[in-house]
Amino acid sequence: MTSTTTSAATTEQAVPAPVAATVDYLDRRVGLGFAIRGLARKLFPDHWSFLLGEIALYSFIVLILSGIFLTMFFVPSMAEVHYPENALPVTMQGVEMSEAFASTLNLSFHVRGGLLMRQIHHWAALMFVGSMVVHMLRVFFTGAFRKPRELNWVVGFTMLVLSLLAGLTGYSLPDDVLSGNGLRITDGVVRSIPIIGAYMSYMVFGGEFPGTEVIPRMFTLHILLIPGLILALLALHLFLVFWQKHTQYPGPGRTDKNVVGYPLLPVYTAKAGGFFFIVFGVLALMGATMSINSVWNYGPFDPALVSAGAQPDWYMLFLEGSLRLMPGQTEFVILGWTLSLNVLIPAVVVPGLLFTFLGAYPFVENAITKDVGEHHVLDRPRNAATRTALGTAFLSVFFVLLVTGANDLVATHFGLSLNAITLVLRVLIFVLPVVVFIVTKRVCLSLQRKDREVVLHGHETGIVRRTADGRFYEVHKPLDEYERWVRVGHHVYRPLELPPREDARGVRRPGGRADGIRTRLSRFFFEDRVEPVTPAELAAAQSHGEHDELPAAPEGSSAAELAGTRGTSH
Amino acid sequence: MSIEKSSHSGEHRELGGSAGLPERFENPGLEPHRHRLADSDPKRAKRSERQIALIFTISILASIAGVVGYAVFPVDIDRASVLNVRWSTLVVGLGLGIGMLGIGVAAVQWARALMDDGEKIEDRHPMSAGPAAHQQSLEILRQGADEANIARRPVLKGAIAGALALAPLPFLVPLIGNLGADWDISKFKRTAWAPREDGSGDPERFFEGTYRYLARDPQDTKIRAADVTNGNIVHVIPHGLPEEEHYLEEKAKAVVLLVRVDPSILKEAPERADWSYDGIVAYSKICTHVGCPVALYEQQTHHVLCPCHQSTFDITDAAKVVFGPAKRALPQLPIKVDPEGYLYAAADFDEPVGPSYWQRER
Ligand code: HEM
Ligand code: FES
Repeated sequence: MTSTTTSAATTEQAVPAPVAATVDYLDRRVGLGFAIRGLARKLFPDHWSFLLGEIALYSFIVLILSGIFLTMFFVPSMAEVHYPENALPVTMQGVEMSEAFASTLNLSFHVRGGLLMRQIHHWAALMFVGSMVVHMLRVFFTGAFRKPRELNWVVGFTMLVLSLLAGLTGYSLPDDVLSGNGLRITDGVVRSIPIIGAYMSYMVFGGEFPGTEVIPRMFTLHILLIPGLILALLALHLFLVFWQKHTQYPGPGRTDKNVVGYPLLPVYTAKAGGFFFIVFGVLALMGATMSINSVWNYGPFDPALVSAGAQPDWYMLFLEGSLRLMPGQTEFVILGWTLSLNVLIPAVVVPGLLFTFLGAYPFVENAITKDVGEHHVLDRPRNAATRTALGTAFLSVFFVLLVTGANDLVATHFGLSLNAITLVLRVLIFVLPVVVFIVTKRVCLSLQRKDREVVLHGHETGIVRRTADGRFYEVHKPLDEYERWVRVGHHVYRPLELPPREDARGVRRPGGRADGIRTRLSRFFFEDRVEPVTPAELAAAQSHGEHDELPAAPEGSSAAELAGTRGTSH
Repeated sequence: MSIEKSSHSGEHRELGGSAGLPERFENPGLEPHRHRLADSDPKRAKRSERQIALIFTISILASIAGVVGYAVFPVDIDRASVLNVRWSTLVVGLGLGIGMLGIGVAAVQWARALMDDGEKIEDRHPMSAGPAAHQQSLEILRQGADEANIARRPVLKGAIAGALALAPLPFLVPLIGNLGADWDISKFKRTAWAPREDGSGDPERFFEGTYRYLARDPQDTKIRAADVTNGNIVHVIPHGLPEEEHYLEEKAKAVVLLVRVDPSILKEAPERADWSYDGIVAYSKICTHVGCPVALYEQQTHHVLCPCHQSTFDITDAAKVVFGPAKRALPQLPIKVDPEGYLYAAADFDEPVGPSYWQRER
C-alpha cells in the first residue's frame, strides 16, 4: 500500500509520452486505470516452490505453440497410403501405413524444424504433467488448499485429470505401434466396464477396434476440446490466485492478515516473465538434443506387433503398473454375465480411489478440523504431521505402482525373477503405505521436538567449554527473535471434543453418529502433538542455563511420552 | 501484532504461568532489510549491467544462428539426408533454446541484481464481502424471485425444469447415437476364420471354398504342416486377408500363434482331440487380459508371454494362464491339413477372442 502511493510521484516524470498516451487512450475507453492502479503493485511472496506452478503454466504455453506448428503438417486420418519411395527414412519407403503415421514421418524428416517441434512438444508434455504433479504436492504438504482456497484446489485437480487425457489422446495420434497398443489397452479397459463396456468401446472407435474413426476423434479432443477446457480452467485458476492473493511461508512479519513480497511491477514481472523464457529455452534445448518418440523405429501400427520393453509416458506408468499387479483370478461369470474385476479394479477402481482422495482431501480435512478461519500462512509440513504422513503414504502407493509398471526392466536389470518381484510388490502395495505413514509421522514429531530444543537451547556451536567443577558442556548460540518465530508461531490443533452421542438418560441425540466418526478422525489426526515453546518455558530454560535439563513437553498427550526419549544437552 | 489463528474447540491452557509473560510469542515483524553490495557500490552495479547486456547479446546471436541453420540444412525430399535432418534439428533448436534462455536468464538476473529488492507489506482483507453485503445479496435475490413471481406459480417452475431437462436430448441423442456406428457388438464373436458355409470362398484362400487356409504374417503365404518345426513359433493370419475390406479390424481379431510341440507332452481335452495336428496347435494371439498381441515364446517352458502385463500361457496345456493378470486361456483355433499338407482352420474360434466384456458369454 505505502509503496503504491510513494511511487506515484516518480512515475509521472519517468513514463515516456507514447506510453502515457496509450494508457490514456485505453483508460478513456476501457478504464485501464482501474486495472493498473489495482493490480500493478500487487505483492507476490517469493519462494522457489512457487515456481512449480509457473513451470506448468509455461510448459502449457509451449505445448500450445509447438502444437500449433504440428497441426499445420499433421494429417489426422487413418486412410491407408504407401510411403513414398524417395522419402526418408529408408526403412519406411513403400511401407503401407495410415496417413497419420505418414504425415508424422514427413513432419519429422521433410519439414524443417518439424522434428524439433515434435520433440519439444513431447518433452513439454512430460514437463507439463510433471511440474503440475509436483506443484500439487507443494500445495498439499504446505496446506495451501485450506480455506479459502479449497475451490481452487478442485480447479487444479480437474486440470490434472484433463492433462492426463491430453497426454493419452496426443500419444495416440502418430499411429505407430506404441500408440496403437496404447489404444488397444484402452479398448480392453473400457470393455471391462459392467453392462455398457462393449458399447462404450464401439463409441470410442466408431465400431470395432481399430476402425478408421479413432484418430480423427482423438485429434479433435486433443487440439480443441481438452486444451480449450484446460485454458478456461487455467484462467479461473490464475484469477483466483490473484483475487485471493498468494499464500506465504511462515516467517517474521508474515501473518494471515498481510502479504509480504515483491510488487508485480517490476520485480515479479521480470522474474516470472523471465522464467517463461527460461522454461521455453530449456524445453527447446531438450527438443534439440534429446530424441524422444522416434516413431520410425517402431513402424506403423499393426495389431499383430508389440515392442517388448516399451514404456508408456511416465504419467501413465502407474496405470500400467496397476494392471500388472492384479492377480487374474478375480474375473467372474455371474449368471452368464462376465465381470472382469481383474481389469476393472486396477484400471478404474484404484485410480478412481487415488483421485477421489486427492480431489476430496481439503473437504475431508476441514470436516475434521472444523476450522472456520482463513489461512494464508502456509504450514511447515512437520507441523501437520498426520497430513504429511497421509501424503507420503499416498505417494508410496503411487511409487509401488510405478515400479510395477517397470517391473520387467527391474527384473532384467537386477537379474531377478519377474514373477517373484510381482509377488513382492503385491504385498508391498498394502504394507508400504502403512509403514511410510508411521515413519513419516514419527519423523515429523521428532522434527517438532527438535524445533523445541533449538528454541530453548539455541544452535549447537561445536565449541566445548569446561566448567569450574570440571564438567564439559557445549556452548549453544541462542536464536534471535526472527529465527525463533518460525519455530514457535504455528497453531496446534487438538482433537475435537464433541458432546457424547447419548445424553444422560441414554437418548441418542440427532447427528450423534456423524459427530462420533468426526471425533474419532480428529483424534487420529491430532492426538499426537508437540506444543511450541512458550515464552514462560523459554524464560525457565534460560534461567537454568543452557546446559540444563529440558522441561518436558506439556502434559496430557502421547507426544509427551514420545518426548521422553529426547536427548538432552548435558 | 500476534497472529490470530482460526477458532477451534480446544481452549488454550495456561502453560508455565510465570507472571508477566504472554501466553505465546509475538510475531516480531519483518527482519531488517540487508542491502546488496551493488546497492552501495556503483562499480558492481555497472558490472551487473554489462553482464546482463552480454547475456541479451548472446540471445540475439543465437536467434540469428537458428534462422541461418534453417536455411543451411535443407530437408526437402530431393535434397534431404538423415544428416541434414539431424543438423537442422540441432542448430534450429539450439538457436531457439539459447535465444529464449538468454532472455530469461538476463531478465531474472536484472531483477535480482538491479531492481529494488526490498520486500513490501500489503494488507489482506477477508474474502467475504461482509455481513451487510451478504444480507443485501440475499435481499436482491429475494426481490428477483418476487418480481418473477416464482413462488406463486409452481406449474411454471415444473414446466421450466422439464423443458430444460429435455432440450439437450435432440443434441445428445444424435451425438452419442452416431458415435457407435451400428452398435452391433456381436461382431466380437466372429472372426475371418469362420468357414464359408455356402462354399463360396476363393479356392486359393479357402479349402473346398469353405475352410480358410492359414498363412504367414506378413508374407501371406500358405503354411505346410511339414514346414512347422519343433519349438518354432509361426505368426499367422487368414490367407488373403490383406486384400480384404476391414483388414485391420479383422486382423486385430484373427491373428494366431502356431507352435509345434512333442505330441506326448500335449495335454488335450477329449473334445479338442482333433483341434491340433500332429503336435501343431494354434491359439489366438490376442491376450485375454486387455488385448495386446502375445508375442514372446519361451522354447524350454513352452510358455508364451504377453509383454504388456506379463500374462503367461502354457502352450502344452490348452494355453491356460500360469501367471499374470489374465484369467482365461487363449482361445484355440481348430486346424486340419488339406491333401497337399497345407493347414486350414476347421472352424472359427468357439468363443470371442481378446479382452472380456459383460455380454461375452451370452
Ligand atoms: C494440453 C496439453 C497437451 C499435451 C499433454 C499434449 C501431449 C501430446 C503428446 C504426448 C503427443 C505425441 C507426440 C509425439 O509425436 O511424440 C502429442 C501430439 C500432438 N499434439 Fe499435443 N499435447 C497438448 C496440447 C496440444 C495442443 C494445444 C495442440 C494444438 C494446438 C497439440 C497438437 C498436437 C498434434 C498435431 C500432435 C500430433 C503430431 C505428431 O505426433 O507428430 N497438442 N501431444
Ligand atoms: S494385455 Fe496381455 S497381459 Fe495385459
